Amino acid sequence: MTWQLIFEIAKALMLARKKQTLIAAIGVMFSITMFVALLGFMNGLNTLLDGLILNRTPHIRFYNEIKPNPNQAIDQSPEFAQSLNIIRSIKPSTSRLAIYNSASIVEDLEADPRVLGVSAKISCQVFFNVGTIDLTGVVNGIDVEKEAELFAFTDYVTVGNYADVNQTNTIILGKGAADRMMANIGDVVQVTTAQGNRVQLKVVGYFQSGLGDFDNVNSYASITTVQKMLGEPPSYITDIQVKLHDFNLAPPMARELEGIYKIDADDIQTVNAQFETGSSIRSLISYAVGITLLVVSGFGIYNILNMMIFEKLDTIAILKAIGFSSQDVNRIFITIALTIGLIGGVLGLIFGYLAGLTIDQIPFETQALPTIKTFPVDYNPKYYIIGGTFSLITTYFAGFFPARKASIVDPVEIIRGK
Amino acid sequence: MKNHAPIVLEAKNIDKFFYNPTETQVLKKVSFQIKRGEFVSVVGKSGCGKSTLLYILSTMDTDYKGELFMDGELITGKSSNYLSKLRNEKIGFVFQFHYLLHEFSTLENVMIPGLKLGTLSREEVEHRAMEKLKIFDMQDHALKKANQLSGGQKQRVAIARALINDPLLIMGDEPTGNLDKKNSDIVYNKFKELAKDFGQTMLIVTHDPEFAAGTDRTIEMEDGRVISFE
Repeated sequence: MTWQLIFEIAKALMLARKKQTLIAAIGVMFSITMFVALLGFMNGLNTLLDGLILNRTPHIRFYNEIKPNPNQAIDQSPEFAQSLNIIRSIKPSTSRLAIYNSASIVEDLEADPRVLGVSAKISCQVFFNVGTIDLTGVVNGIDVEKEAELFAFTDYVTVGNYADVNQTNTIILGKGAADRMMANIGDVVQVTTAQGNRVQLKVVGYFQSGLGDFDNVNSYASITTVQKMLGEPPSYITDIQVKLHDFNLAPPMARELEGIYKIDADDIQTVNAQFETGSSIRSLISYAVGITLLVVSGFGIYNILNMMIFEKLDTIAILKAIGFSSQDVNRIFITIALTIGLIGGVLGLIFGYLAGLTIDQIPFETQALPTIKTFPVDYNPKYYIIGGTFSLITTYFAGFFPARKASIVDPVEIIRGK
Repeated sequence: MKNHAPIVLEAKNIDKFFYNPTETQVLKKVSFQIKRGEFVSVVGKSGCGKSTLLYILSTMDTDYKGELFMDGELITGKSSNYLSKLRNEKIGFVFQFHYLLHEFSTLENVMIPGLKLGTLSREEVEHRAMEKLKIFDMQDHALKKANQLSGGQKQRVAIARALINDPLLIMGDEPTGNLDKKNSDIVYNKFKELAKDFGQTMLIVTHDPEFAAGTDRTIEMEDGRVISFE
């Protein structure tokens, strides 16, 4: 009963000052709208930019690194076992790049419940022979279907059909490389491997990742094509790429499997640490801006409530005289503040969502991002929940001091003071 | 008959000081009793402390020395929440300036203390409020906003509001002080009616000798002291 009465009185006070209340609510609405739209847009961009790298990067990559043999002959000798041996001008051993026993490693990984998928790959240094000039490049031998499924390969094949690369002696050229070679679809390019094998490959598509440097160098062919180019057997694989269900597991898993398979493993966090940092700083900035807006609107509410209390001293005094306690008066003004926060907050969330939809419609076409047609917006409910909660928290604090001031009004002073 | 009625309000040795700008004693050992059904007026010159006394008796001013009993219960030193409840339940106020809540209608103004008490349902409170308004011939103005009423009408509504919870005691601080002769008479007659027809206990501060003459008993104050009880 008391609460109902408090709501009623709060409502009456707000209706008596409709304009001011409305302005306060619009202040909150505006800041919540900006908060939600800004965060949605910023994180949409973040996801997009991270996706550029992270979508295409395996969570764990297994490979053999070219490095000196860790077991040098002198260390094996019992004579020098106790001494500090320094070998100068040590060179990498002629170890193979191929992964030993790759078939069973792939099989083993595919059976692991943490693993979403596994895709084998061969990386092959080549020269593209264009007239009298040789351009360096890398031809990646991939399992096309797996690559499409795990690493969104198809998104980046801008011209041509990606499935055509399954035929032997076909290649999808990086857009930059194709431009430099002036190779059109259907043309045949000549490729020389580091071992000296010459192969003719037919261009079936262009690949455009959005990273210019990458596209200047990298091209794609099927695994069998690359094995043939190198003259290697079908078991020859240089990289095993793994995608996990939860990519946060990547670092410990990489350490664990490195030991088991006795090959090198890189995890995504170590390789791409700088992307994480960039995203989190961008988010931080948008949160800071959003919260600043909210705090400013909080001051607006504070002002308006203070003014309302000053104008309504008579009302407060009479309420106290007829039996409302300080606590009741406090509740009335907190209710006013929270109502403003709630109305402003809800409207803000709605308008923020609409602003997001609008931003989502703005054309955004760039050479670097072939799959993106409009600005990206992230509609994660998280931002709406944070925005809504903050609108209530700031309005509560904005109402706290005015309400306390109202609750300590001495009715005798007001009533006698006239 | 009234000599044997229970004591509603008793003040014992009330002292009150003002500290601003310098320490002055405004009430000096004020003691008196009010019995149920009495219609008492407090008179005295301006500045003699009669309003100050009223606000102490009303429980709104708690900064005093001495003891105050209401309905046989010591209320000096009780918590402010308790006093709020007590005011709501047992005391009705009528002020010099009408002090209705302008955001609400006449009827709602009368209803609010009843709703605050919360013992009756909304419909019952509304019904009672209408009854009280009828006593003052204000039922036709029930749905008007408080600021659409004239001064005399407002004061009548204020008295109706004071009555809504059937208080033990009605207190008035110069209830006719701000009204013209005609309205002042109407309000005065209503008070008399309440005393006579309803046996309502009332304590009214006034400086109108005519008003005081019509009450059962007059407490006269001078310079912070009670100088006569009759």
